[in-house]
Amino acid sequence: MSLAGPVLATTVAAPSALAGGVNVIAVGVLLAEFGMFRQAMLRDQVRLYAAQSALLSALAVVVAATRHLPELYALAGLSFALKVVVVPIVLHRMLRGIGVIGGDPRWPAGSYSGSARSGSTDIAGSHALGVASAVLVAIAVAAFGFFTVAALGLASPVLPATALSVSVAVILVAFVLMIVRRDVVSQAIGFLSLENGVSLTALVVAAGLPLILEIAFLFDLLVAAVVFGLLIRVHHGRAESMSTADLTSLRG
Amino acid sequence: MHVILLLLLTLPLAAAIACLRVPANAARLVSALTGVVSFALVLALVPAAAHGTVSYLRFLRVDALSVVFLLATGFLYGAVAVYSVGYLKAGQQPHARYSRRFWIGLNIFAWAMLAAPMMSNLGLLWVAIEVTTVVSALLVAIEDTDGAAEAAWKYVLLASAGLALALLATVFIYYAGAHVLGQSYDLGFSQLLAAGPRLPHAAVELAFVLAVLGFGTKTGLVPVHTWLPDAHSEAPTPVSALLSGSLLAVSFYAILRYYQVAVAALGSRYPRNVLLVFGVASLLLAMVYLFGQRDIKRLLAYSSVEHMGILAIGVSFGAPGALAGVLLHVLGHAAAKGNAFMGAGVLVRKLGSKRITAIRGGLDVLPWSGPLFILAIFALGAMPPFGLFRSEFEIVAGGLDSRSYAVAAILVVGVTAAFLGLAGSVTRVVMLPLAGSAPARGEPSGWMVVPVVVGVLALLLLGLHPPAELTTLFGRAVTLLDGRTS
Repeated sequence: MSLAGPVLATTVAAPSALAGGVNVIAVGVLLAEFGMFRQAMLRDQVRLYAAQSALLSALAVVVAATRHLPELYALAGLSFALKVVVVPIVLHRMLRGIGVIGGDPRWPAGSYSGSARSGSTDIAGSHALGVASAVLVAIAVAAFGFFTVAALGLASPVLPATALSVSVAVILVAFVLMIVRRDVVSQAIGFLSLENGVSLTALVVAAGLPLILEIAFLFDLLVAAVVFGLLIRVHHGRAESMSTADLTSLRG
Repeated sequence: MHVILLLLLTLPLAAAIACLRVPANAARLVSALTGVVSFALVLALVPAAAHGTVSYLRFLRVDALSVVFLLATGFLYGAVAVYSVGYLKAGQQPHARYSRRFWIGLNIFAWAMLAAPMMSNLGLLWVAIEVTTVVSALLVAIEDTDGAAEAAWKYVLLASAGLALALLATVFIYYAGAHVLGQSYDLGFSQLLAAGPRLPHAAVELAFVLAVLGFGTKTGLVPVHTWLPDAHSEAPTPVSALLSGSLLAVSFYAILRYYQVAVAALGSRYPRNVLLVFGVASLLLAMVYLFGQRDIKRLLAYSSVEHMGILAIGVSFGAPGALAGVLLHVLGHAAAKGNAFMGAGVLVRKLGSKRITAIRGGLDVLPWSGPLFILAIFALGAMPPFGLFRSEFEIVAGGLDSRSYAVAAILVVGVTAAFLGLAGSVTRVVMLPLAGSAPARGEPSGWMVVPVVVGVLALLLLGLHPPAELTTLFGRAVTLLDGRTS
C-alpha cells in the first residue's frame, strides 16, 4: 500500500474506514491468488479457491453495510453458497470420481486406469516455471496492473482506487496462473479465480449492479464449473493424467 | 410481434427438453421442425424491425441490427437441423446416447444463440454468450476422440478466459453508465445509448477495448483466435457449421453493441481504429494459414477468421455503404460457410478422412454434393453472382468512399489471396481422381443435400436481387450503427 501512496495521492484523499476495509480484503484476495502458485495438491487448491471466495463474500457484506446497498447482503449469501460450498463440492466430487484427489485412502496411487502417477504428483510437476520464478513473474505482472490502472484516470469520488488496482492485479495474476500451470485442474481453478478477480472488480466499481444480473452471472459460473469438471473427466479418461503436456496434436 | 419473441425464446428450449424424453426418431423430427419454424419466425420479425424497435417484458429488445444476426442464426439452425438428420444416419455412431446428447446440445446451443441478440441489456447479452460457450464446448467434445478432447479443453478455457474479460468490459460500462444514470440501473442498452455523450471517456474506452478483446476471442479475431481452428475441425460437422456461421457472428454482434455505445460516447474515430487493427491482423494471418492446410475443416476455419476480419475492417470504414455491406456479409457468410462445412461433411463421411491429401475424387463419387461444395467455395471466395461478392464489393467501395485507400487495397489483396488458397486445396479434393478403389457413386443421404441447395439459392438471392424488405432492414440497421439516430 505504501508503494502506491505517491501515485495515488492525487486521487485519494485520506483512506476512510470503508476504503481501508475494502483494501485489506482486496489484498487478501490477491494473496490467496499468489498462494495458488505453490499449492501442489489439488484439494488444497480447491480449498484456497473456497477461501478466496469467502473473502469476496465478506467484501460484499462490508460494501453493503457501508454504502447502504441491502441487495448486496443477498448477493453475499448467494455467492457464499455457490462459490464457497457448491462449486468446491462439485469439483471435489468430480475429481474424486476419477481418483485424482491426492491422499484419499480409497484411491491409492496406481489403482485407477493403470496409471502409475498419483494425483498429487501430477499437479506438483505441472509447473512450466519453477515456483519461485512463477511468483516473481506474477509479482511483476501484478505491479504492472496495479500502477497502470492508477494511471488510466478512472477515478471518481466514490471509487476506492487502490482496491480497483488490486483487483486488476488479481485478474492478471490469474492469467499467469493459467499460463504457467500445465494440468487441467490448475487451469480450471485459474479460470475460476479469474472470475473471482472480475467479481472483486465488480464489487469495487459497480456495487449497484442489479441483483438479477449478479444472480445470472453466478448461475453461469456454476454451469461453467460443471462443464469444466465434465471436460476434466473427458480429458482424464483419454489421457489418463491431468497433464496438458500431451495436448499438442492440433496445430497449424 | 411479442408472441414471436416469446416463441423464439421458448421453442428451441422446449425442443431440447423434448429430446430428453422422446424416442430418437421423434427427436430428429422435433429438432428439424423447430429449426425450420424458428427461421420462419425470424423472417416474420423482419417487417416490424425494419421500421422500429420491438421491446417486451423489459429484457427483450429487437431492432434491425438484432434481426440481421437472428436471420443468420435462424437460417443456419434450420439448415443444420435438417442436415444433421442425414449426418447422424450416415455416421458410424448410430447409438442412441450419442444422438440424444447431440440433439439436446444442438437445440440448447441454437437457443442461446437466438437469445443473445434479443437481450435488451448488456449483462444478459454476456450471459447468453457464455451459455453458448459451455454448450458448444460439450458439443465439440461429443466425438469421443483425443483430438476432440483436446480441442474442447482449449476451447472452453480460452473462450471462458476471453469472456471473463468481456465481463470486465460489462462491469466498466456499468461504471461509466452509473455516472449518468445513477448507482442502480439495469444496464439497459437503450439507456446507455441515450446517455452516450455524457459517459466518462476513460471508462468507455477501457470497456470497449476489453469488449473487443473478450467477445473477439469468440469472434475469432487475431490474436485471440487460437481455439477456433481446433474446435471447428474436431467438432461434428453440423456443429462446426453453427460455430462458424452463427456463433462467430453473434459474438461480433456483441462487439457491435459496444461499438454503438462507444461511438455515442467517444465519437467514431477511436472505436474504428481499434476494430481496424484487429480486422487487418485477422485478414492477413488467416490469408497465410489458408495456404498449405492439411485438414479440410481447419481450412474452412481459417476462412472464418478471414471473414471475421473483413467484418471488422468493414465496420472500421464507417461509410454507410460499407456498413450495409457488413450486414449483408454476415448473412452471406452464414449461408456460404454453412454450405461449405456441410459439403465438407459429406465428403468426409463418404471418403472417411479429413486430410486434404487423402480426399480425392469428390466429383466422381458425389453427384450433388461435389458440385455444390465447389459452388460453396466460390461463394466463400466472393465470386459473382453470390451474396458475398455483393457484400465485399460494397465494403471495398465504402472503404474508397471513406478515403481508406491503403486498407481497401489490403482488403482486396487479402481476399484474393485467401480465395486462391481456398480454391487450390478444394480443387485438388474435388477434381483429382481417387487412387485405388472408390466408394460407390451416390449421396450418403438426401437430408444432407437439401439444406445445401437451399443455401445456394439463398446466396443467389442475396447476390442477384436482395428482397426490398431486407434492404430496408439494412438501411435501418446502418443508421443505428452510424450513430446518427438512436
